[in-house]
Amino acid sequence: MTQINFAYLNEQTKRMIRRALLKAVAIPGYQVPFASREMPMPYGWGTGGVQVTAAILTPDDTLKVIDQGADDTTNAVSIRKFFARTAGVATTTETQKATIIQTRHRVPEHPLTEGQILVYQVPIPEPLRFLEPRETETRTMHALEEYGVMHVKLYEDIATHGHIATSYAYPAKVASRYVFDPSPIPKFDNPKLNHCAALQLFGAGREKRIYAVPPFTQVISLDFEDHPFEVQRWDTPCAICGSGTGYLDEIITDDAGTRMFVCSDTDHCATQAALKAGPNAA
Amino acid sequence: MLLEVKGLNKRYEGQVACEDVSFDLWPGEVLAIVGESGSGKTSLLKCISTQLGFDSGTVHYKGADLGAMGEAAKRELMRTQWGFVHQDARDGLRMGVSAGANVGERLMAVGERHYGSIRQTAAEWMARVEIDPARMDESPRQFSGGMRQRLQIARNLVSRPQLIFMDEPTGGLDVSVQARLLDLLRGLVRDMGLAAIVVTHDLAVAKLLSSRIMVMQKGRVVEQGLTDQVLEDPQAAYSQLLVSSVLQV
Amino acid sequence: MYVAVKGGEKAIDAAHEYLAEKRRGDAASPELSIAQIDGQLALAVDRVMAEGSLYDRELAALAIKQARGDLIEAIFLLRAHRTTLARFGTSLPLNMNAMRISRRISAAFKDIPGGQVLGPTFDYTHRLLDSSLLADQEPVRAASADVPLAASIPRVLELLGQEGLIEPAADDGQPAGDITEEPLDFPSTRDRRLQVLARGDEGFLLSLAYSTQRGYGRNHPFVGEIRFGCVPVSICPEELGFEIYIGEIEVTECEMINQFHGTADVPPQFTRGYGLVFGQLERKAMSMALVDRALRVAEFAEDQIGPAQDEEFVLSHCDNVQATGFVEHLKLPHYVDFQAELALLRTLRKERET
Ligand SMILES: Nc1ncnc2c1ncn2[C@@H]1O[C@H](COP(=O)(O)OP(=O)(O)OP(=O)(O)O)[C@@H](O)[C@H]1O
Ligand SMILES: [Mg+2]
Repeated sequence: MTQINFAYLNEQTKRMIRRALLKAVAIPGYQVPFASREMPMPYGWGTGGVQVTAAILTPDDTLKVIDQGADDTTNAVSIRKFFARTAGVATTTETQKATIIQTRHRVPEHPLTEGQILVYQVPIPEPLRFLEPRETETRTMHALEEYGVMHVKLYEDIATHGHIATSYAYPAKVASRYVFDPSPIPKFDNPKLNHCAALQLFGAGREKRIYAVPPFTQVISLDFEDHPFEVQRWDTPCAICGSGTGYLDEIITDDAGTRMFVCSDTDHCATQAALKAGPNAA
Repeated sequence: MLLEVKGLNKRYEGQVACEDVSFDLWPGEVLAIVGESGSGKTSLLKCISTQLGFDSGTVHYKGADLGAMGEAAKRELMRTQWGFVHQDARDGLRMGVSAGANVGERLMAVGERHYGSIRQTAAEWMARVEIDPARMDESPRQFSGGMRQRLQIARNLVSRPQLIFMDEPTGGLDVSVQARLLDLLRGLVRDMGLAAIVVTHDLAVAKLLSSRIMVMQKGRVVEQGLTDQVLEDPQAAYSQLLVSSVLQV
Repeated sequence: MYVAVKGGEKAIDAAHEYLAEKRRGDAASPELSIAQIDGQLALAVDRVMAEGSLYDRELAALAIKQARGDLIEAIFLLRAHRTTLARFGTSLPLNMNAMRISRRISAAFKDIPGGQVLGPTFDYTHRLLDSSLLADQEPVRAASADVPLAASIPRVLELLGQEGLIEPAADDGQPAGDITEEPLDFPSTRDRRLQVLARGDEGFLLSLAYSTQRGYGRNHPFVGEIRFGCVPVSICPEELGFEIYIGEIEVTECEMINQFHGTADVPPQFTRGYGLVFGQLERKAMSMALVDRALRVAEFAEDQIGPAQDEEFVLSHCDNVQATGFVEHLKLPHYVDFQAELALLRTLRKERET
């Protein structure tokens, strides 16, 4: 069988994806259709993110891959291995050392910096999809900026539950124009997208769409003045590192249902734990 | 002038729906379009309100040619300055969301972002169309036909439009409900200074609501004039037939 | 003290090793060869090539072996491999009249010029398990026909076309789209729709086709002609400017004759539904033809009453590589979103109590 190209995709395909990326960066939040390829991992398992990463990766890059905030979840391991094998790039688990971070469902806790690129894996790129299943309709709604239904949904949430009942994949408006889906990150992460120093790229392989938030771009989560957007909070800090700033995962530790809360960002957790242990700790 | 329709023609494959229709509408004026079934009333209403394309002629709204207007500007008109009351309330309502959200939608679409005041306004409008505001979190599915029709009216009027299109607004309702609804509509139109085009095959409705009337037959306007005049002393043969064929009201 | 689980990498490697053992099965029984799969499970190979969109019997057989007989997994393997291949050319349209026919039937006419050619088919077998196949068999050599097939066999729908009884299927001269190069867009065009259907899931298309027969978008179908056989494939490289024959492939073609249609300007004519797939996959070719016709609702101003007539619905959901990926991705961790939902639900319940 033929020799596999650097980062799996052939150059023709990479060029096609880069063209889509350029357009996406030029029109923040606009979903650019692209001829998504079948990848050696299933659709729905990050093929969009993988294609974006493959198209922007250079041999000098240092790649970090996370799923649910962790570097060692099965899918993160599998994607990191894929690029280590097909591109031979350096990999890292440290947010600060990475030039490209591919993620599923989280934004790292450590603030991203200029020059870094965050690549999101996106299952359903269309924020209007569950209000209107037809692509032909949603496309028109975006074109004409008809986003009233989004607020109707939020209104209904409050009328029914007393709260906006969206806890992840929380829709936001980018650069005062397009409403977009930040991928299924918890709404806790939404504020990190606003004026982020890093370039943020979103790839949806199965749905064949790419979109972007350029560095230092305004991203505002939809809300009402009297029911403002709020992020999740926890009563206790992380049980491992003691940090009170990150998003926490709930762990059930025994049959009696005892629970503890620990950082979902494993790199952040390790860094905080090391800080706490002090410079003398081994 | 609010609306100016000139030489409008609309045909479906082989079938004439509107032929050379022209008329003017002034602010605050209510025009009734009457005519037998299939005479082209609904088609005309849809053409004017840009829901349906037409073959030739022009429609100007406040001097702007609707034919030359972009889709975005047209939709903007539809959700701010215009209202459309459908014969079947289900076509005009979002049946999947609460009554309150139905009324509040236009406010949100034009940028209102205060939940409390949206709700307040929605409640006021529900009261105004005689629906108990305590029922604002219910689905319109739980409403009667007459209530749905009133909800549809509230949903349209909440943005304080200047022109409202109504296609058989009292169709399918029983007589006593019809009478109440007409009363309500008459009051609203007067209080808000609304202009309206009301399609109806019922001359009693025309008489109650409109100041001017336009009689259509086979897609053509056969007569138009002040409602009282036309009903008292119809000129065209077809109008005479129409007036004489209904019970005196 | 709780310690976060590490070593996902090791666990994955171990799982892969276990998978390899299971794939091989009982070490005492001989290993399947690729040639055996190709030769004796030929229809599975056909399906994997068709839905994998890659005509290569050996690779398809390899995929089936690697996938332990899971055909959707094998299709996926083939598609992923396809991504790595560079394109060196685009084949010219197949000349279906040049087919070396193995099978050719029509259900519309009893006798047709060129005759009914049954070929290798299950159609007339009794579906009784054949216990003699439990043991190895002496190879069978089928007798060949006494009379050779006519050199040129006319197409049934063309015979109808001579009388103007069926809509023409002339080349409109427009270059065909390519769904692998440009993403599908709605409303789509028939060329693109057919491409999507050709690689669509056989089971999904079969069920949709069946639904049209049961009234969810009926289109009065008759099998005008089904052909199966080998057709030559040629390319015409730009730098050479002449055609080069590069080999032949087996395909099944189904031409349906459907509900007639007429307008003020055109007298009523039968309409067409078309199916074409790699290999001998009649069920797929027929389903494709029925769904193709169902999706032409707008063209004939028909009422859309069934899901098979809904272009966005059919085309967005018929690809099994996409479908299996997204359904199966639910197995991936969703701790973070689930945590978010859990916290929200707890808040809502707490507020209700107070
Ligand atoms: N979508 C359509 N396609 C073809 N012909 C149509 C269509 N809609 C209406 N027509 C035809 O156009 C003519 C006018 O119809 P229209 O619905 O405007 O009449 P109408 O005056 O509103 O009738 P009614 O009082 O029954 O509602 C009729 O002959 C009708 O059959
Ligand atoms: Mg009508």
